Parts: sequence; structure tokens; C-alpha cells
Amino acid sequence: MLHTLTLAELAARLAAGETTSVALTRHFLARIERLNPALNALITVTADAAQNAAAEADLRLAAGERGPLLGIPLIHKDIFCTDGVRTSCGSRMLDNFVAPYDATVVARLKAAGAVMLGKANMDEFAMGSSNETSYYGAVKNPWDPTKVPGGSSGGSAAALAAGLAPYATGTDTGGSIRQPAALTGVTGIKPTYGRVSRYGIVAFASSLDQAGVFARSAADAAAVLKAMAGFDPLDSTSVDVPVPDYTALLAAPDAAGAPLAGLKIGLLREFFDGLEPRNAALIHAALEVLTGLGATTQEVSLPNLPLSVPTYYVVAPAECSSNLSRFDGVRFGYRCAEPKDLVDLYKRSRGEGFGAEVKRRIMTGTYVLSAGYFDAYYLKAQKVRRLITDDFRAAFAAVDLVIGPTTPTPAFGLGAKVEDPVTMYLNDIYTIGANLAGLPAMSVPCGFVDGLPMGLQLIGPHFSEGKLLHAADRFQRATRWHLETARGYE
Amino acid sequence: MADWEVVIGLEIHAQLATRSKIFSSAATAYGAPPNSQASLVDLAYPGVLPVLNAEAVRMAVKFGLAIGATVAPHSVFARKNYFYPDLPKGYQISQYELPIVSRGTLRVLLDDGVSKTIGITRAHLEEDAGKSLHEGLTNASGIDLNRAGTPLLEIVSEPDMRSAKEAVAYMKKVHTLVRYLEICDGNMQEGSFRCDANVSVRPRGQEKFGTRAEIKNLNSFRFVEKAIHYEVARQIDLIESGGKVAQETRLYDSDKDETRSMRSKEEANDYRYFPDPDLLPVAIDAAFIADVRATLPELPDEKAARFERELGLSAYDSGVLSASRELGAYFEAVLAELRSALGEAASAQAKLAANWVMGELSSALNRDNLDISAARVSPARLSGLLVRIVDATISGKIAKDVFEALWTSAKSADEIIDAQGLRQITDSGAIEAVIDAVIAANPKQLADYRSGKDKLFGFFVGQVQKATGGKANPARVNELLKTKLGGAA
Repeated sequence: MLHTLTLAELAARLAAGETTSVALTRHFLARIERLNPALNALITVTADAAQNAAAEADLRLAAGERGPLLGIPLIHKDIFCTDGVRTSCGSRMLDNFVAPYDATVVARLKAAGAVMLGKANMDEFAMGSSNETSYYGAVKNPWDPTKVPGGSSGGSAAALAAGLAPYATGTDTGGSIRQPAALTGVTGIKPTYGRVSRYGIVAFASSLDQAGVFARSAADAAAVLKAMAGFDPLDSTSVDVPVPDYTALLAAPDAAGAPLAGLKIGLLREFFDGLEPRNAALIHAALEVLTGLGATTQEVSLPNLPLSVPTYYVVAPAECSSNLSRFDGVRFGYRCAEPKDLVDLYKRSRGEGFGAEVKRRIMTGTYVLSAGYFDAYYLKAQKVRRLITDDFRAAFAAVDLVIGPTTPTPAFGLGAKVEDPVTMYLNDIYTIGANLAGLPAMSVPCGFVDGLPMGLQLIGPHFSEGKLLHAADRFQRATRWHLETARGYE
Repeated sequence: MADWEVVIGLEIHAQLATRSKIFSSAATAYGAPPNSQASLVDLAYPGVLPVLNAEAVRMAVKFGLAIGATVAPHSVFARKNYFYPDLPKGYQISQYELPIVSRGTLRVLLDDGVSKTIGITRAHLEEDAGKSLHEGLTNASGIDLNRAGTPLLEIVSEPDMRSAKEAVAYMKKVHTLVRYLEICDGNMQEGSFRCDANVSVRPRGQEKFGTRAEIKNLNSFRFVEKAIHYEVARQIDLIESGGKVAQETRLYDSDKDETRSMRSKEEANDYRYFPDPDLLPVAIDAAFIADVRATLPELPDEKAARFERELGLSAYDSGVLSASRELGAYFEAVLAELRSALGEAASAQAKLAANWVMGELSSALNRDNLDISAARVSPARLSGLLVRIVDATISGKIAKDVFEALWTSAKSADEIIDAQGLRQITDSGAIEAVIDAVIAANPKQLADYRSGKDKLFGFFVGQVQKATGGKANPARVNELLKTKLGGAA
């Protein structure tokens, strides 16, 4: 089945003429048509544009051009601006917004010959951990339609887990790639802050947002990341560090019998404190696999890590309260009917255009930046952020990467946490640290609890994506968790 | 009535003369059709990001060096958050806690010849907002975002000025400086150079400042002076009649010549400044500073000092001639022409050149409302005229007529002098003959003069000049007349 093949296998078939981009595209569009209504993973399907792009890719293939992504379909999270295509960010506010330009990520993948099938559902403005804050409704988890797929990139994760595309893009501000990847049993990577351009990504929290990949395997993610990453003069916070050939890195031969020889893995003590036993058992089993491949382990401590959730929920809302000010009903997006005056236009356009969670965060952010509260909240949070970053730096002086669970629990029930934002926020307890410190991090499938997939999280020092992908790839060569597929989506 | 002291500080907004905006690649040219120079970044579309224009940084550093300020090795852009239709992002990118330039000074020469040093607290980079348009629209407002994102340098002074005149002198000096540095075109009609004035009064001798009012958006020197005058009188009246000055923002209405309350401190926005996470801190190293320093022109004060020192001009003349870079350059071009015509002897004529540039040339420019760059007499032609004054070919009085002819034609001074027969009579014999004839024709006046009516000397001078068509060398005429009227002949 085409939707279970790796990117390398798909590229090989296209190169050999065994299939065409148009055929591949039709295959996935058909699956979307059949399976998406129950999942609600996509907000917009761009069937015609996809077939045109596929036909163009076939011409390039026929002309002898080859590339790891050329002619292969994907789904973009609906947070990436796509020229001429609605970019809703999961919000009523942008329901009518057709982006007039491509995000750098979109442009780079387009240039590599990727074929966009559509735009994935997401929590409104990427604010949420369950994909339930979307204006377009919740996304169902392919493993259990009564469960959430995680968020905010829930649509991307669910689409991939359901085989609606060979890979998908996402963004991760506090775990929005890793958490849904874990809860849907796919591989997700959030690169180093600055590794991938943020230009054209509707901003949530600028100092934390980072684009990344959902893929079936670390090897697939490696190929996509290579195409997405790199310095962009349009994003001042993107970093001018050469992008390694991750695929080549993964293809390098191993020392006999010990592919991870010399790799020092740190066990984050704070991640294991109070960890649910079945979850802990999966992580320990994964550790045994890794040590069996030659890695050594030692415990490391990040004493300030438990402060990451409150720190994040000051910094992220502060930035979002400012970033979302541009949605004022004046130039684009939702505008209330018959505004009486300017203030009425602002109040009703924003009041009607934004959902409850977005409003909650705008209010929180406005509060923590206010005169008299700035020092106690925003400034203090920035200081703690620095301490957490320093903790990681100290840990990485001793080990190459740290591992732990991606989430405290498997996918929870739809509606279970909607009324309790703090419990919802705590779902990101393991993922937020990497965002605060700007570190690359991955989630790879590592087993099941109650029949639902769980993720193993790997976090590395800045620009260590190669090392993370390599460790994840060798883990996946030794395990089969990433090959498991939800029933009904085989 | 108490003796009040006025305290003024200015916040000057100088639009930097970059070709593109401070955070986008859109053009900054003035007067284009609405929204034709607004990129997606200026329109604050979802997903766009600001990229700092290096040229704006260079210009800010240039200003910092010119006022002897500290250029921060590390400065930070911050967001100033508030909602307004001409502010598309809902925040203005500015600098708050860590500005690029801090602690400079500027020396200002006041009318009484006294110089005063004004402190400059800081100068920071920020983006301008767009404009709301109301004309020709009913039940709606238009928004033109062409100006949104235009780079501004906000120059904040210390509250060092004690009168409207001082404030204007300071503002003019900053105006001169930014044009010298070629970082701002200084065009006040187009809003390229404008200021907010913070004004307060206190009983003389009191150390504590009075409550200040901020008068927004003054875009001419005259308005600055008038607005401050009005505001000072208003505050003194208010206090003397038992009231209190409120801390507030006021607008100056130039039609009514008054200031009006715009918003009180209580109504002021909480701007919720925080560092802009889309922009990295601006790092400036010694090499960059050295690089910028190498591009600094001779500054007005340096030029004035040089004119005093090397040319022996007065402080006043030196100040006037260095007040604009173009005027200084014109004056020096005249001197260079004189030097090539007269050699060493030219150095004695700097004062003559200065007088002509500040006198005839400046009044002709003013009369025709022209810029020095559009002067109808080039330095070479003016020098040609001055050479003829120096060598006594024409008198200073005749020279003024020649200048007028230079202004309205393309001819040289010599051509005009020859064509109009203006060459001065210096030959003693010829002048004596005229004097003799005049004396012979006026025996009564001669007798009166000789009997003590000294004032009649002027009458004889006039008669001689009348007879020569004004061309007789005045010094020679005086000299010869004195002898002849004295009866020595």
C-alpha cells in the first residue's frame, strides 16, 4: 500500500517509473475523501491544485530530475501561509483569509517538488493541547475516535497516523509537534529554535515557535527537515548554521553490533519523578533497547525544569497578546457586522473572531505585561527561562542527549479536560522545557498503554538534530513501534 | 506675581533618509498614492517578520558620534503595544530600555552670543505609523500605510531649555546637524522633522520640576515657539489663579494659536513594552563604530571654529556660515576661487567673502525663495566680482549693481563691468579735473564750507560722483576733495 511506504521507497518508485506523482496524489486524495470526514484532520483540501502540482512534478521526473521529496504529497498545518489558499490558523478570525504569499517552509518544500494535498486542522492559533479549540471542530484520534489526537498540530498528526499523507508539517511552541506525535504513534521532530524559518508562520509565541515535521520514521523526518531547514534572510531569528545532510548521516555505517557506541544518554530525574508506572515501564524498555545498541546512560538533573509550565504560561501568552493585536478587523480577517465606531469594530471583531482559549491567553498575556505586574511575571519568567536553559547546558556537558516520556498519559478523552485549562496545560509538562531553552527534541513511538500509543522523547543540545535523528533511527531499526497502524487505517 | 522659570525638553523625531523602510524593503519616498508603498510587512499580514535595515543603524550611530554620545554595544528593540488603525501590527517597534544612543550633548549659540550646552538623554530607532485620512470620506476613514515603517530617530533632550527661544535654537541646531550628517532631509512640511515639547514652569529657585504637559507633533520652528509661549502663559495663569497643571498630552492648534488637552495621564495607554522577540539585539562593535566615524563630515561646530581660527571671522559670522553644510561649502568655494585669482592676498579677503555670502547672496536667495544649491550666482562668478572690488576696479556700491546683473544673467562680472562702463575712475588727474569743475560751479557752497559748514563735504562728494556716474574711487575722491576744499590748491 502506497500510504505505508517510506519516503525513500516512494522516491525510488517514482524514479523507476513504477508510479507517478499524479497517481500517488490521487491515492492520498481518495483516502482523504474516504477517511477524513470521520477524523476532521483537514480544514482545506486542495485537490485541484495538488493534481496540477503533481503533473508538474511528473514533468520534472520525466526530465530526469530526482529528489527525496519530488512528486511526493504532504499536508501543511494550517498555520503556514500558502499563496492563494485559505490559511485559517484554526480560527474564525482567519476563516476568510487567503494568504497572498508562501511561508518559507512552504516555498522550500514546493521548490523540492512536494505536492500539497491540503491544510491540517489545528488548535486555534496553535493554542491548545487537544485540538479541541479549533473553530473547525475537534480532530479524532485514529487509534480511538473518542480520544483527542493532541495539539496543537493535531490535524497533521492524525492525518499522518491515518495514512492521509506520507508526511506533514507542524509547529511546536510548547510541544505542539511532539505531544500529538506521541498520542497518535508517529515520529515528530521540533528542531532547534532558529533552525527553520518562521517567516510565513502565523505567530503564536515568537520566541518559542518552531516549525517541524511529522513522519512515519526518523529516516523520513531526516529527508524532510533537510529540505525545510536553513537560514532565511526574512527571519532575523533564523540561524546561519549549515544544514547537514541528515539522510547521509543516517546512512553512515555503524560500528559492528553497536550502532550507538559512545552515545551518552541522560535520564532526566525530574521526568521520572511520579511518572505513571506503565509509562515508566515503556521508557525503561526503550532505554534497554538503546543501551543494547551501545549507548550508556546516567541520571541527570534539571532542578529548575519543574518550573517550566508556569514559566511558559507567562512568556507564551505575553508574546501572543501582542502578536494577535494585528487581528483588528481593519485590513484582513474577520470583521464584525456594522461596527458603530472604531472601538466597537475592535471589540466585536475580536470578541466574535477569537475563541475562548485564545481570549484567555490574550488576557493572561496582557496582564503579565501590564505596568506593575511586568517585573513580577514577565521578567521573573524570563529569569527562570534562563535558569532552565542553564540547567540543560550543564546537563549537556555530561551527556549527548537526554530522554524521557513525551507525555504523562496516553491520549485522553475528547472533552475530558476542556473545562480545566490548568490540567490541560500540565499535559505539556515534559515538552515545554525544550521550547524554553530553544533545543531540538523528538518524539518516537515506544509502545502502548491501554491500546494507545506513547512516545519516547529525546532532547539534544542546540543544532544536534543529526544526533537525535540518528539515535531515533537506530532505535526504530531495532523496534517496530513506529510501524504499528491504527485499525481501519492500514 | 512670582518669578517663574520655564523648563523645556524636546523629543525630536527625525525621519532617517534611508531608501527603504526600517523593517521592510518597501520604499520610503514621500507623496506616492495611498498604500502603494506598503509591503506585506508594513500591512502586518499574518506570518510576516521584520528585518532590520542596517542603513538605519548606521545613521543612528552617525548621529550618536556627532553628539559625543555613547553608542550602545547592545541595544534592544521593544514593542510598544496599543490599538490604532494607522498602527497595523497593534504595536510599534521602538527601543525602550536599551536605546542605541545615549548621553550626548549639543552646543547651542543663543541670540545674545552666549553658548549653552543642551544634554541629549538618548536617541533611539523606531518605526513611524501610517496616516488616517478623513477628507472626501463620509461615515468612514481611510488609512494610508505608506509611511508605516519609515525609520525614525527619536532624539530626547534633557529638560535643559529655559525659554521658547532656547528650545527653537536647540531644535534648529539638531536640524542643522541631521542634514550635515545626511541622515535626514529635514523637510518639516512633509513631516520629516518634527517634535513634541515637554513644558513646565516652577518658581525661580525651586529645584523640583513643575508638572509638565507634552505638546505633540510640532512641525515648524515657529509653531514650537508659539506653542511654548502659549503653554507657559497658560500654566502660569493656571497656577496663579490657584489651579494645578495636569500631566497630560496636548495638541497645538496653529489656527487658534492655543494648546488643547488631548488625553490625561489617567487616560494614557499602558504600552506594555517588552523586547521584540522577532528581532535580535543590535550588536555594534568597535570596528563598526570606527567605520561610521570615518564617514563623519566636518561638523558645524568644528567648521565654525575653523572659520574663526583660520580665517579670522567673528563667532557670529562663523556660526552663520556653518549653519548649513551647503552654505559652508559655497562660502569655501568662493574662497578657493579667490585664492586662485589672488594667491596669498586672498587670505585677507575672507571677511569680504563672508559679508557677500551672508549679505547680498543670502538676501537674493531669500527674496527668490531659493535654496543655496539653486543660487543663480556660482561661487566662481561671485569671486570674479569680489576680485574687482579688491583691485578697486569697482566700488562696493557699484558692486551691488553688478551682483544684481550677475543674478539675472549668465555673464561674468568683468563682462558686466565692461559692457556697462562701470570701471571705477582711480586716476587722480581725472578725478581732480572733475573736482575742479564742481568747485568752480559751486562758489557759494565752497565759501560756506570754508567758513565752517563741514557738512557740505558730502554735497561735494555727491556732486563729484554724480558727474562721474558713481564711478570715481570714493577713497580717492575724499582724499582729493579734502585737499582742494581746504584751499591748498
